[in-house]
Amino acid sequence: MSEYTGVRGTVWFRAFTGHASPMIGDPNSVLTGDAPLGSDHARFLCVVPDPHARFPCARHGEVGLEEAFTLATRVREVIEQDKNTAKRPIIAVVDVKSQAYGRREETAAIFLAAASAADAYGSARLGGHPVITLVVGHALSGAFLTHGYQANRILAFDDDGVMIHAMHKEAAARVTRRSVGELEKFAKEIAPMSYDIRDYAKLGLLYKLLHVENPEKPSPLEIRNVQAELVAAIADARTSPVDLRNRLEATGAREMRKASIQVRTKLEAQWLEK
Amino acid sequence: MSNEGYNASFINRQSFIELDARERAKVLFDAGTSRELLGPFDRVESPWLPMQGVTPQEDDGCVVIKGKIAGQAAVVVALEGAFQGGSIGEVSGQKMTAALDLACADNEKGILTSAVILLETGGVRLQEANLGLAAIAELMASILALRKHAPVICLTAGTVGCFGGMSLAAGLASYVVMTREARLGMNGPEVIEQENGVEEFDSSDRALIWAIHGGEQRYATGLADALVDDDTPQVAEVIRRFVSKGVPPEHRSSQVALYRNRIAKLDTSRQWDPKEFRALWTTNASNEENR
Repeated sequence: MSEYTGVRGTVWFRAFTGHASPMIGDPNSVLTGDAPLGSDHARFLCVVPDPHARFPCARHGEVGLEEAFTLATRVREVIEQDKNTAKRPIIAVVDVKSQAYGRREETAAIFLAAASAADAYGSARLGGHPVITLVVGHALSGAFLTHGYQANRILAFDDDGVMIHAMHKEAAARVTRRSVGELEKFAKEIAPMSYDIRDYAKLGLLYKLLHVENPEKPSPLEIRNVQAELVAAIADARTSPVDLRNRLEATGAREMRKASIQVRTKLEAQWLEK
Repeated sequence: MSNEGYNASFINRQSFIELDARERAKVLFDAGTSRELLGPFDRVESPWLPMQGVTPQEDDGCVVIKGKIAGQAAVVVALEGAFQGGSIGEVSGQKMTAALDLACADNEKGILTSAVILLETGGVRLQEANLGLAAIAELMASILALRKHAPVICLTAGTVGCFGGMSLAAGLASYVVMTREARLGMNGPEVIEQENGVEEFDSSDRALIWAIHGGEQRYATGLADALVDDDTPQVAEVIRRFVSKGVPPEHRSSQVALYRNRIAKLDTSRQWDPKEFRALWTTNASNEENR
């Protein structure tokens, strides 16, 4: 957790939209903006830390109740606005440390809030909106399920500050009774457990790994390059099925998710037997 | 021995919770219609557990059964809480997703097919970390696709509960069914205590745990659609009812304005007593709904 700062989300959101502010009525922790991207006008969304958030357990960049329902609202707004027109791209800029761990959150059903955000993103995708996720920093656990994991295409930087994982290192070390250092070394040997984004890329879940020298201070050229990659991902999403089958059809998946493919093949054959 | 002097309804009750995943799934079907798919004899196991010195299980703790419920085609996917805490690995996750996708394809062909997911799970299996998380994301996508055509019913009975990423799957369900013994939440008490201290959540306070995550509270606050006893015929009857009911007019997870407004009205400066919260939450709701 010590590594997490939450700077990157703001930096990249501003690079794409020219500002870093929430929409009127929204909490300061959710940035929403519309900006040109290629020949489109895309909606960008990002969750950032707000030290003055209403909910005490969501003041360090966690995705909590307000964040999840705000994301859901702003994604559904685009679905509604584009009901009878061309479907605009929705870009999730992701740098989230975790979901909010709190008693208030559990009492008020954060599971439903998180599901509502995922519902909005997933419904946008099923409705024909290209939903693209750019992981610029952390994308952890329930926070990533809420904000980003329902996208048609996921891109990430090949940088040590980028981490996609089911459980943050400190917690995983505690559960497995290892030091963080031991855990990192052990996890490196088993691809789905690794904390290295380059190992994650081997699983076939990423559309593309991008390189930026310093993701906290991108150059204008690097920003233009990343925008071009987003445009390419949008074009690819528009000409592909709206479900997530691409993740399992990727080259990496054929090697690393053999068991998944076997499950699908066998189950389908048995399903069709009379 | 004689049952005289004992509570007959308790003695004669056919517990649902005491059944294993396979038996739980089977009892939900119309007699003679069920067929297990990708069962233990197919031996599709986790490839990741043996690498870490953990013995895998032939069905990876996930049972898929197809058949008829209330005369309609249905698939039941049941997680086995006794194997690795019902955790989601690559294989168990893919069994769920594939089953839902096949149900979705049947619906698109005109064969109405519902899905029932029996959730006894702590969420992602740590040993398969990123493939478990990815599997949950894909399962959620498949629930969203299927529930347009037919209901997706999530039942959590006990005693593992439904936590972590899989609570989001329950959040997307058309209907949620719980027993009093069941718990549903994103973060379990131990996790909250680890992350934010015992003042935030005392994980040894059993009364508090059930008051927040328990089936009775979730039902009282409209987050579960039915509260059932630990009674097999009653559970099966409620599942039949929801299968027959079909797709709800609006799914809970799509009613964003309603729930966002409820959250906005809460006083976050203090913790709420769970009983008091029932009133806060529903008062807010009726204000909203009457507007």
